[in-house]
Amino acid sequence: MKNVGVDGSTTLKVYESRGGYVAARKALAMDTNAVVEEVKKANLRGRGGAGFPAGVKWGFLPKDRTTTLLCVNADESEPPTFCNRVLMEHDPHQLIEGTIIAAYATRSQVAYIYMRGEFHEQFHVLQKAIDEAYEAGYLGKKVLGTDYALECYIHRGAGAYVCGEETGLIESLEGKRGQPRIKPPFPAIEGLFRRPTVVNNVETLSCLPHIMERGADWFTGIGPPHSAGPKLFCVSGPVNKPGCYEAAMDITVRELIERDDMGGGMLSGRKVKAVFPGGLSMGVLTVDELDMKMDFEDPRNYSLLGLGTAAAVVVDDATDIRLVLRNVARFYGTESCGQCTQCREGTSWMQRIAQRIESGAGRMEDLDLLLETARNMGMMPGLSICGLSDGATYPIETIVKKFRPELEAAIRSQPAGQVEAVLQAAN
Amino acid sequence: MSWKAIDRNQAVVDADAPPLLSEGVREKILSYTHRYETKRAALLPALHLVQNTLGHVSWQAMVEIAALLDIQPSDVFDTLTFYTHFWTHPKGEKVITVCRSLSCEVLGGAAVLDALKARLGIEEHGTSSDGQYSLVTEECLAGCDHAPCMLINEKLHKNVKLDDLERILADGDNDRVDMPRSDLFDAPPVAESKQPASATEDDSRTTDD
Repeated sequence: MKNVGVDGSTTLKVYESRGGYVAARKALAMDTNAVVEEVKKANLRGRGGAGFPAGVKWGFLPKDRTTTLLCVNADESEPPTFCNRVLMEHDPHQLIEGTIIAAYATRSQVAYIYMRGEFHEQFHVLQKAIDEAYEAGYLGKKVLGTDYALECYIHRGAGAYVCGEETGLIESLEGKRGQPRIKPPFPAIEGLFRRPTVVNNVETLSCLPHIMERGADWFTGIGPPHSAGPKLFCVSGPVNKPGCYEAAMDITVRELIERDDMGGGMLSGRKVKAVFPGGLSMGVLTVDELDMKMDFEDPRNYSLLGLGTAAAVVVDDATDIRLVLRNVARFYGTESCGQCTQCREGTSWMQRIAQRIESGAGRMEDLDLLLETARNMGMMPGLSICGLSDGATYPIETIVKKFRPELEAAIRSQPAGQVEAVLQAAN
Repeated sequence: MSWKAIDRNQAVVDADAPPLLSEGVREKILSYTHRYETKRAALLPALHLVQNTLGHVSWQAMVEIAALLDIQPSDVFDTLTFYTHFWTHPKGEKVITVCRSLSCEVLGGAAVLDALKARLGIEEHGTSSDGQYSLVTEECLAGCDHAPCMLINEKLHKNVKLDDLERILADGDNDRVDMPRSDLFDAPPVAESKQPASATEDDSRTTDD
């Protein structure tokens, strides 16, 4: 699925010599509806985290629209995800080809690639590839020699997690604070500049050339039926070979960590203590739950939110779970955009509680307090504008529930009087 | 999110000051506006450009950008303060951004941050007295497969080791792409000493089975 590792894989010449832009030509010779149908048939579910079928998303666009805009979500900000980075760094033309196909299928005139501000080298690589594509006539007034016109721009973000949410991304593209919008109207009806807008993830678009070239049947033939197609899995933390690996969605977390062609086992003989299998927001697994399948459905059986970005971070047995709890709580505390009260207040209070627990002044009732805060933050639909508060509650809740004995033991072993001292100093 | 108050007793922008943005920068900002349906949408690219040229976005720069894009200076301020990558006051010549997300922290990111604080004599968000370095932390830099990592200006340094820091600081451009993995994981990290004595709920299984 990718040309990663091939010499000069970022250049148009090498990409074309390996069969590049054949799929885009094929797609542009088809009717736009036929392209949408093919993608629907392939059951291409969004790779960005929510797993929403891309073809269905395109189907929401109003039939009588005159202008459509395509946003490519390259704001990969979920820690510890880096598969989009790998794709953009090593295979930018595949993304451009996917963008052309998606833009054609949705009849978009402009494609904006929203790239996070932390990506500098990747920005230059992708910009160069886009320039090459313009020069070759693959983008611009006459895409690949047809009458279809498409402009493609990179729009750089500036460090905000919430801009990976599609309406947050749209606000940010409009030059505003990246605070998500209330839905409906969904972007497909009224998005960027109040036009019908499609937002797709980099990895989703990178699948399109392969679907067009080899057909939907080839795609659905890979992996389980509800989670068709290959997927990029990231693994990081103290494993022997952290990195980004491609597989069908029937592998387990254990395989991802231990297989020699993947994570390659743990570093220096350490043991697994906990794994966040799908980015932080999805929640945590204990060492007993490593047989979870990395597909769109199975994570729910382990009280996780979903597959997420399929980026696993492994925590080893020497790391204090309180450090993990504090790190996770801190992340959401800093990244909440502040629009919805329960998210703004909830995340920052959870951060403070977690910090206190880590500093050795935890109280037993803090654990229930964390759970209660989490429960009140957005487990019910409609409580908050975007999914960030849900994303914040799942890891905190699963850490507290699944590692409660360890947290309790840690709190019990604190020196006497510490809690009182800290609380007194705070007041 | 952050709130910043302006001291209203003092004029923030000198109305008679010569224009801060050069003709070239202005033209470039205006060229961005053709990409979007509204002029305001060019704000983020404009802020990136101004910060890359001037090192920071000053009050006067905000006023001038606002005039170019037909919006209010407060709109520029509103957007700017949402994003962590823009700053309104000068920072050091080299801005060091240390990743503090979970992958990096488990593999010794905190030790890197502490070493940098000690070496430069500054705290987070501080700037060294000679104006050379600023130190900031940031959530995931998406370099988790090479943790711990940090950015110096635009250059991502992967697999950072403590004894490597001097070399990185001395020559920010040296290419360290194919560095071996950091040894920080096996050094005694600060966090490990806090490990409670009691056993975890289940560590009878190893990863090898």
